[in-house]
Amino acid sequence: MEEKATITTAPEPEIEFEEPTLFGLMAEFEEHEELLEAARRAYGNGYRRMDAYSPFPVEGLSEALGHENSPIPLFTLAGGIVGGLGAYFMEWISMAKLYPLNVGGRPMNSWPNFIPVTFELTVLIASASAFVGVFILCRLPQPNHPVFNVPEFERASNDRFFLCIAADDPKFDLGETRKFLEGLKALKITEVEQ
Amino acid sequence: MPDPSKPYPVTVLGYPAEMIGPKETYARVSEQIAGIPLKHPHPKFWFIAFALTASLFLMFCAAVGYLIYRGVGIWGINIPIAWGFAITNFVWWIGIGHAGTFISAILLLMHQKWRTTINRFTEAMTLFAVMCAGLFPLLHLGRPWVFFWLLPYPDTMSLWPQFRSPLVWDVFAVSTYFLVSLMFWYLGVMPDLATVRDKAKTKWKKIIYGISCMGWRGSARHWQHHQSAYLLLGGLATPLVLSVHSVVSFDFSVAQLPGWHSTIFPPYFVAGAIYSGFAMVLNLLIPIRRLYRLQNLITTRTLNNMAVVTLVTGWMVIYGYIMEAFMAWYSNDPFEKHMMWDRAFGAYGWVFWGLMTLNCVIPQLLWSRRVRTNDLYLFLVALSVNVGMWVERFVIVVQSLHHDFVPSSWKMYYPTKWDVITLVGSIGLFLMLILLFIRYVPMISITESRELIAQRKEGQL
Repeated sequence: MEEKATITTAPEPEIEFEEPTLFGLMAEFEEHEELLEAARRAYGNGYRRMDAYSPFPVEGLSEALGHENSPIPLFTLAGGIVGGLGAYFMEWISMAKLYPLNVGGRPMNSWPNFIPVTFELTVLIASASAFVGVFILCRLPQPNHPVFNVPEFERASNDRFFLCIAADDPKFDLGETRKFLEGLKALKITEVEQ
Repeated sequence: MPDPSKPYPVTVLGYPAEMIGPKETYARVSEQIAGIPLKHPHPKFWFIAFALTASLFLMFCAAVGYLIYRGVGIWGINIPIAWGFAITNFVWWIGIGHAGTFISAILLLMHQKWRTTINRFTEAMTLFAVMCAGLFPLLHLGRPWVFFWLLPYPDTMSLWPQFRSPLVWDVFAVSTYFLVSLMFWYLGVMPDLATVRDKAKTKWKKIIYGISCMGWRGSARHWQHHQSAYLLLGGLATPLVLSVHSVVSFDFSVAQLPGWHSTIFPPYFVAGAIYSGFAMVLNLLIPIRRLYRLQNLITTRTLNNMAVVTLVTGWMVIYGYIMEAFMAWYSNDPFEKHMMWDRAFGAYGWVFWGLMTLNCVIPQLLWSRRVRTNDLYLFLVALSVNVGMWVERFVIVVQSLHHDFVPSSWKMYYPTKWDVITLVGSIGLFLMLILLFIRYVPMISITESRELIAQRKEGQL
C-alpha cells in the first residue's frame, strides 16, 4: 500500500482527437429503379469505386456498377470435375486395386455400379465449391464495415436502397460528388466515416 | 390482417388469384416475418407444443438408449422380415423431405412464383425430415456405434465399403442430400437473418443474429455472387430430388425378391416422395399460417397450387400401383403373381386396402375446388395421404418380405411397443425441430417476398 502511495501520477497525455477519415458518400433511395438509374449515371460520370446496397437482389445492378461477372460458375464447374473424377478414382482404386473382391464374376472395374456414388459426389463437391465461393468472394464473415456507421443503413435490409461512392475513387471530391448525388432523387446524403 | 373467412380474389377461371396480399410493402413484410422470431407471438401455444414434442423426443431417446443396450431384438424384426418399421420409417421420412427440395429447386428453375413464400419453411422441413430419416438405418445397423465403417476412409483394417452395393449408394445419396439442402437453405436464410439483426432491439439478439448472418450487408457484389450460387445450387439440387429416392428404391429393386425386383421403382418412389412431402407441407402450413396470421403471404392460391401438385403426383403413384399389378400378371412369373395375390387378399390384405383408400380414393376429393381452398378439408386429405404413404412403405417392406420363394420361410411380422415408440418419438423430434425453427428463424423468405412486391410494382405479377 505504501509503495503505491509513492507512485506519482504521470502527466495526462494530450489526447489528439483525429478527424475520422471519410470512407465515402452514401445516398439513400426509396425505390430500386431509382437506385439502378443512379448507379448507371454514377458509372457514366466516371465513378468506379462504389457499391450499392439493397434489401433484395436488383437485376442489372452489378452490371450498372461495372462489376465483372461472378466467377462462382467456374468454382462450381471445377468442384464438379474434381468431385466426379475423385469419386470414380476412389471407387476404382478401392474396388479394383486395394481390396479386390469378386462378386458373382463381375469385372473389378464394374463402372455402372460406380455411377451413383460418382454422381452424388459430383453434386456434393460442386455445391460445396459454390457455397464456399460465396464466402470467399464476398469476404464474409465480416461482422463490421464502415457502412454500418450510418444510422439509416439498418434500413438497407428492410426497405431502402443505398449507393455509396468510396472516398478513394480517383474522381471523388467531397463537394462535387455530393452535388452529383443531390441531382439523383436521393432522399438523403450521408458522409460515411471510416 | 385479411380475414380468412372472407372470399379471396379469383381469376377469370375462378381460381384464387393472389400470390401475396394486396397491401404489402417492403417494410410490412419485413416487420411481419422478422417480428415472429423477435417478438415471439403466441408464447403459450409454443411452450405447450414444445413441451409435448420434447417429451416425445425424450421418449425417443429412451427407446434408442434401450435399443443400444439390448440390441435390435427389442423390435419385432427377425428373419425373414429383417427390415420392419425401421426401414419403413426411413423411406417415409426421406420421402417427406423431397417436397422441400422440389419446391425450392425445381419450382425455382421453372419460375413458379407461388413457391416464394413457402420455400424457406419447406427446406427447413426437408432438413429435419432427413435428420429423422438418417437415424433409422443407423439404429437398424445393430451396432450403431461403428456407423463410420460405412464411410470410405483408410482404416487400419484395410477395409473399404462395397461400392457395388445400393446400401453404400444410399449412404452417399442421403448425406449429399442433407449437406446440399443445408447449404442451399443457409444461403437463402443469410440475408433474412441480417434483417432480423437490424430489427433487433436488444444487444444479445443483435450479436447472435449478427454472427449467424455473417455480417451480410446486401451489397450489389454480395447479391451478385449469392444469386449466382443460389441458382447453381438450385440446378444441382434438381437432379438430387430425382436421384435420392431413386437410390433408396434401388435398395429394394436391386434385390431379387418378388414385390421389390421391379423397374418401375425409381420413378414410382420419387412420385410417392413428392406426394407425401407436399401432404406434410400442407399439414404443417395450414395450422401455422392460421396461428401466425400469415394468410396474406401464404395465400389460398399457394395452398390450392400445392393441392394440385399433390393430386398430380398422387396419380403418378396410382399408375405405379397399376403397373405393379399389371407386370405381375403380364410377366407370368408364379412368384410375382403370388406376391400380388397375397398383397391384396393375404394376411396383410386389410393393410393393402387401407392403403388404397387412404392414398388413392380419399385424395380424389382434391378434384373439387371447394376442398382445395378449405383449410380443414385440405388438412384432412393431406393427413390421409401422409398416413397412406407410411402404410405404402410398410406394405412394400413387410408384405414383400413375409412371403418369398420358399413357403417354409414364410412368417408374419408384428411390431412391438418399441417399434411404435421409436416411430412416434421420431415424429416428436421432427415437430420439435419445426417449432424451434419457427421460433428463432424467419420462416418465410423476406428477401423473396420483397422481390414479389417489386415485381408487382413493375407490373410483372
